[in-house]
Amino acid sequence: MAAIIDIKGITKTFGGFRALDGVDLQVAEGEIVVIIGPSGSGKSTLIRCINQLEEHDDGTITVDGHAVQKGADLTAIRTELGMVFQSFNLFPHLSVLRNVALAPVRVRGLSWPDAEARARKLLERVGLRDHIEKYPAQLSGGQQQRVGIARALAMEPKVLLFDEPTSALDPEMVGEVLDVIQQLAKTGVTMIVVTHEMGFARKAANRVVFMDAGRIVEQGPPDTLFDAPRDERLRNFLNAVLSH
Amino acid sequence: MSFFDAFLNWDVFVQTLPLLVSGLTITISLGLCAIVLGLAGGLLLALLRLYGPMPLRQIAIGYIDIFRAIPLLVLLVVIYYALPFAGLRLTPFTSATLALSFVSAAYSAEIFRAGIEGVPKGQFEAARALGLSAYRRMSDIILPQAVKLVIPPITSNSINVFKDTALASVVAMPDLLKQATQAQALSANPTPLISAALIYIALLLPLVRLVGIFERRLAAKGR
Repeated sequence: MAAIIDIKGITKTFGGFRALDGVDLQVAEGEIVVIIGPSGSGKSTLIRCINQLEEHDDGTITVDGHAVQKGADLTAIRTELGMVFQSFNLFPHLSVLRNVALAPVRVRGLSWPDAEARARKLLERVGLRDHIEKYPAQLSGGQQQRVGIARALAMEPKVLLFDEPTSALDPEMVGEVLDVIQQLAKTGVTMIVVTHEMGFARKAANRVVFMDAGRIVEQGPPDTLFDAPRDERLRNFLNAVLSH
Repeated sequence: MSFFDAFLNWDVFVQTLPLLVSGLTITISLGLCAIVLGLAGGLLLALLRLYGPMPLRQIAIGYIDIFRAIPLLVLLVVIYYALPFAGLRLTPFTSATLALSFVSAAYSAEIFRAGIEGVPKGQFEAARALGLSAYRRMSDIILPQAVKLVIPPITSNSINVFKDTALASVVAMPDLLKQATQAQALSANPTPLISAALIYIALLLPLVRLVGIFERRLAAKGR
């Protein structure tokens, strides 16, 4: 089966800092890939290059057969990629329902009633049926992030990108968001998740990718990676995150 | 002559009131035209300055700098008295509207730019990630938030534009101030001038208060 995301040799530098140093990654349709690694290892930059929130310097990225590059039809590519942000980035001036319904209307051309019906269904699925008319500021962090997930889903993307979706949450809210993501993982949608939640990685991932210093150092099924890490950097990293 | 006979003479006030009212109508229409055009021009300039292609961006920067440097009165006199030599003869109203909105657009542009830059980066990213077009990103996501941020300075600027309409009396515009001076000459009494001053204050004082309220409300949100 062809990879739905095919990344070959991409590099990215910020000033003098090499954030990505020749990364190759293929993701098959329906696969759940979890990316782990220390801060500054390039995990977020990697998934932000996929939908071109960052422009990569060299290398190629293909999403569902479309080349992702300068001058490409980014709208077509971005509509296939749903993104969930660390800091939620909900639109504060729009109600929860509008946050979710907006892009289907503006980008997919749905009518407002159709888009709102779809939004209602999704918000119900993430457990927010009673908060539809509220504004983001009236919700807890965990609820906001679930709106963020519903907003990404409303475009019916082929791939979901999660950029540290629980890192900005209070500890007691991490679980409710991870539950939603795990539910989604069972629906067969392709997902790339950058996270520090090792328990989640072990449970939900088909493949775990460990990055360090802008490169993919080791990857494999979660059990292999967590129980029999080969690379010393991965062992150190796991020791540091799992020791407390 | 008592103080009241001189400065707050009821008979003079009643006699000259129609003149003042006609002047007030003109002042208000001039103020509104200049404010609306200035805001529209300012928004356009801000967008050009931030996102325009290179030559347009430079032109926007040049415009904004020049029109913030030129004294409004000088611009007004140039438009009304100098342009006719180039074959362009404008009415006092058009001249005043143009001068006021040209300058107001330059100031508004800087205010809007600050507002757009004050919207968190994550909002731009979320809008892009959803595939919204550049136009939709601005109209649906960024501008509603940016405008909310700049309501106090925009109101403040609008008050200034409104006050500056009084300069139009220099180019023979029969605005409130001009009519008041006229009425003073006719009645040989300064009451119309005092009345005009009070009318300006009555119109603008509530707006000045409003700016304070907006500012406090924005600060309380603590964004």
